[in-house]
Amino acid sequence: MTASATASKAGWRLKQPSIIPGFGLTLGFSLAYLSLIILIPIAGLLWRTAELGWSGFFAILSDERTIRALYISFGTAFIAALVNVIFGTLLAWVLTRYRFPGRRLIDAMVDLPFALPTAVAGIAFASLYAPNGWIGSLFMPFRIAFTPIGIVIALIFIGLPFVVRTVQPIMEEIDKEVEEAAATLGANRFQTIFNVLLPGLTPAILTGFALAFARGVGEYGSVIFIAGNIPYVSEIAPLLIVIRLEEFNYAGATAIATIMLLISFAMLLVINLIQAWSRKRYGNA
Amino acid sequence: MSNNRRISFRNPADESFSTKLVLVCLSLVFLGFFLFLPLVVVFVEAFRKGGEAYYEALAEPDAWAAIRLTLTVAAIAVPLNLIFGLAASWAIAKFEFKGKAFLITLIDLPFSISPVISGLVYVLLFGTGSLLGPWLKSYGIEILFAVPGIVLATVFVTFPFVARELIPLMQDQGTGDEEAALSLGASGWQTFWYVTLPNIKWGLLYGVLLCNARAMGEFGAVSVVSGRIRGLTNTMPLHVEILYNEYNMVAAFAVASLLALLALVTLALKTFLELRFGAGNAGGRH
Repeated sequence: MTASATASKAGWRLKQPSIIPGFGLTLGFSLAYLSLIILIPIAGLLWRTAELGWSGFFAILSDERTIRALYISFGTAFIAALVNVIFGTLLAWVLTRYRFPGRRLIDAMVDLPFALPTAVAGIAFASLYAPNGWIGSLFMPFRIAFTPIGIVIALIFIGLPFVVRTVQPIMEEIDKEVEEAAATLGANRFQTIFNVLLPGLTPAILTGFALAFARGVGEYGSVIFIAGNIPYVSEIAPLLIVIRLEEFNYAGATAIATIMLLISFAMLLVINLIQAWSRKRYGNA
Repeated sequence: MSNNRRISFRNPADESFSTKLVLVCLSLVFLGFFLFLPLVVVFVEAFRKGGEAYYEALAEPDAWAAIRLTLTVAAIAVPLNLIFGLAASWAIAKFEFKGKAFLITLIDLPFSISPVISGLVYVLLFGTGSLLGPWLKSYGIEILFAVPGIVLATVFVTFPFVARELIPLMQDQGTGDEEAALSLGASGWQTFWYVTLPNIKWGLLYGVLLCNARAMGEFGAVSVVSGRIRGLTNTMPLHVEILYNEYNMVAAFAVASLLALLALVTLALKTFLELRFGAGNAGGRH
């Protein structure tokens, strides 16, 4: 579909003239591959949802268990993203500003959640925070694993690099002179950081928050081991999709997937808007 | 500025030593709980019953089958996304055309989709209730609950990695080198092989590394399409889950430790590439 639209557009100059060859080949291949792997399967999902009709769609979404699962997914992802904003920004600050032994190692380790398979993180957290685990036993009458708090813990791990890696490059670009000027004008260090530096970092922090939040909402592998998966209490939406599939309730799985997909598209839009706003206001993204 | 430093005890545009110490310690404690301990516990649990038990857990036939399948899937998925990444970044970085920003957004799409949904879309496409399902069945082609489905789900999830790394890098480099090569009589392929590829090789390697780590470690998407048949459609992460749910902790963490090792090697190589060649975040040349 997309490929043929491209071909017909070529008449009114799709691209600027260039002596470099291979435009048709590479764009054509990219679009064909994109359509086959991503667009057609997603269109299939939306089509299957459309078959349910509005009433069928809302009937599934108004099911108490579905609502609870969505609420738990979005709620825990939101809290985890907030924690990540605080510690991620702190970590970015410590890594860009301070020199201490092991800084390089820590800087590299921040990407661990990107590289460590989610199932490995999942069983590691489950065994650490279980009532008889290294950390879980410290808090003992109070349970962390197999409650929503366990989900938040796993999602903090998953989302951390998103905040650090979006904030860090912007922090590195801050001109030290701005801080010196603020100090000369009588601002104390606290005022300089909160009134001078933080406003410039806000778009990056918001983007990091949105990325961590979006990732947390959809996260599955690292959560299911520590969550305990008790319906209405600690059952996340992606798990409910899997459960519906295992019951061969395709309509149920499809409806939950579509609402999650629509929300992630909205999130993507918000991220793009934040970046456009930031480019306009601060000249960076 | 230098006069100022001599008079005051500390730079007014800097924090006091004690503040720094508190902030660094706070960061270290946070990372200790969230990054280091999970990594440590994987290896401690794996070796809980000694090296013998560890070795046995890995030598077991189902574990071997899982390792082989994971390597096979990555060996198919990564090159596919590598070719796509090269094609997409060539089209996007070397030409100006309408709808480019939208195309980049579409390429990033899999990053914002839950892995479970990435698997689900293929179940809906190829499953029994779908349009294609019965047709494929009549020809005896198995996609779901078989290797092709696992490969497809992995390709979906790792789709943007190489392209995402190459697009900003190639956009930075512009088209000057290619235009020079072409005007000196090089063919399109020669230009690509001898001019473009050497310029992007470290960024490319960086993207492939990240793509491979994700391909080997993918859990959610693969778990939906795999059917989890032991010895047949069980990848390493799925095998970890099965062993863990059977309370076979040593074996689960033994297989997990291999994946953790993969993650550590990936991080080490990635850091090396960043420091040595400025690949990745810097997007610098050579």
